[in-house]
Amino acid sequence: MAKSTTMNGDQPTRRDFLYIATGAMGAVGAAAAAWPLIHQMNPDASVQALASAEVDLSPVQEGQIITVKWRGKPVFIAHRTKKEIEEAKATPLRDLPDPQPDDARVKKGKEQWLVLVGVCTHLGCVPLGHQGDYKGFFCPCHGSHYDTSGRIRKGPAPLNLEVPPYEFASDTMVRIG
Amino acid sequence: MSGPSNFKPKSAFLQWTERRLPILGLMHSSFVAYPTPRNLNYWWTFGGILSFCLGVQIITGIVLAMHYTPTVVGAFDSVEHIMRDVNFGWLLRYVHANGASMFFIAVYIHIFRGFYYGSYKEPREILWILGVIIFLLMMATAFMGYVLPWGQMSFWGATVITNLFSAIPGIGPKVVEFLWGGYSVDQPTLQRFFSLHYLLPFMIAGVVVLHIWALHEVGQNNPAGIDVKSDKDVVAFTPYATAKDNFAMVCFMIFFAWFVFYIPNYLGHADNYIPANPLQTPTHIVPEWYFLPFYAILRAIPSKLGGVIAMFASIAVLAFLPWLDRAKTRSAKYRPLFKQFFWIFVICCIGLGWLGAKPAEGGYVIASRILTAYYFIHFFVILPLLSYYEKPSPVPASIAESVLGNQPLAPAKVKGSR
Repeated sequence: MAKSTTMNGDQPTRRDFLYIATGAMGAVGAAAAAWPLIHQMNPDASVQALASAEVDLSPVQEGQIITVKWRGKPVFIAHRTKKEIEEAKATPLRDLPDPQPDDARVKKGKEQWLVLVGVCTHLGCVPLGHQGDYKGFFCPCHGSHYDTSGRIRKGPAPLNLEVPPYEFASDTMVRIG
Repeated sequence: MSGPSNFKPKSAFLQWTERRLPILGLMHSSFVAYPTPRNLNYWWTFGGILSFCLGVQIITGIVLAMHYTPTVVGAFDSVEHIMRDVNFGWLLRYVHANGASMFFIAVYIHIFRGFYYGSYKEPREILWILGVIIFLLMMATAFMGYVLPWGQMSFWGATVITNLFSAIPGIGPKVVEFLWGGYSVDQPTLQRFFSLHYLLPFMIAGVVVLHIWALHEVGQNNPAGIDVKSDKDVVAFTPYATAKDNFAMVCFMIFFAWFVFYIPNYLGHADNYIPANPLQTPTHIVPEWYFLPFYAILRAIPSKLGGVIAMFASIAVLAFLPWLDRAKTRSAKYRPLFKQFFWIFVICCIGLGWLGAKPAEGGYVIASRILTAYYFIHFFVILPLLSYYEKPSPVPASIAESVLGNQPLAPAKVKGSR
């Protein structure tokens, strides 16, 4: 209860109510004025508009990994070999810190194409392809090892490499975003 | 300590202004008549040196901003333009870049001086906490400044440090997009970092004013760690402290100039002379040297969130130091055990700094974990235990006695003599 502002008695007065109401209105006004100043820092319309990228896959050979840019970030498109696909499928889920089967990370019938956001889930460096203990990806910054499905196996990263939203526009054309 | 000034200017004009805005009296009571303990050693000159560093950074920074372009296409080239085309641009940039390192060298000495002589203890808690806030602002400013040249280390340093916030459960990724103004470090990030890099030094200057205000309210600590008891314990700020501070500052400038003119890139990274490439991370990324101990702590913890928490905790713990070390004796001079643990702690911090520059693998990781554990044990176990179990050695009765021993003082010559 607000301290009485009158000299007579301990009961709250109408003036106390006015003080509190004025203060509360002032706080609401300040918050409303602050919001545009804060929200201007979020991604703007032009940044959000650059949300998709189309890539022609026909020149990508088996065993090759290409890097394309999507939303300012690298995206890896790996044309996996049979051996790599089998290794990814054969890995028991209990061996994974972030358990996810390989077929949940690729499109059905297109298992040779692995599409990943090339950003380490630890602190955002770009991992190197075909490296590390699992011959998938290896992040040189803090030593995270990913397998041939881009799943975290060893090191400080908490999550698998992110699979961006994408679809096949045709057999050799993929649209990311 | 600094009571009302009895300063009275000679000229009638200054007397007239002084009655309306007593700024000369404030200067006089703060930097001329202000009593300083007579036993201050050279470790006490770093406050003045730090003010000098802040001034240098602000002046060179304002000038550099007249030639720098905060865009992803223009930033790197504009820095080269400063180096090659702008008159004395090379000097201004090297002073500014090395000035950041000099600032941190001075602040680390200043902080460890405070550790050693117990300068954080009652009644200087707020003074100390303001210092921790200045240190945090310095780290933020230095980090954002390092991003501006838009080289490889700038870009990937910015990426790694902003990604620390993605460890926050739930809202982490949203927070990072908010900081970036996009989905990766890009134009909006560079431009806001430039704006904030320009702002923060003035906020530092503001907190420095509070820091000095709090200092002048409670008075300076001193190597004996005992309170000023009489006029015999103090000398006037001018000429005694002024002359000593200036001498130390000139020595510091020589050291500074040696870096600027002879080894201007020694403390930097060659990778930062490669323009930023968002698709390729340099194989060995390290932060600037002054962040290395904290970086080692970040990497020592084998979990992302845990590492981030440990790193921030290693800085935040400083603010709680006055309540972790409850010993009544301030100065390590009279705390035989604390003194030993102080030096072990110094070695621990230097060790963490060395490990922060090494790759995160094998024995380096194990060593980082041991030192990280020791860092926190020092604050949370050793200091509280020492507060209760250590038996301090006898403390001199007064500052004058600590300087002059027990010899009788010649009464007429005492004030201001040594």
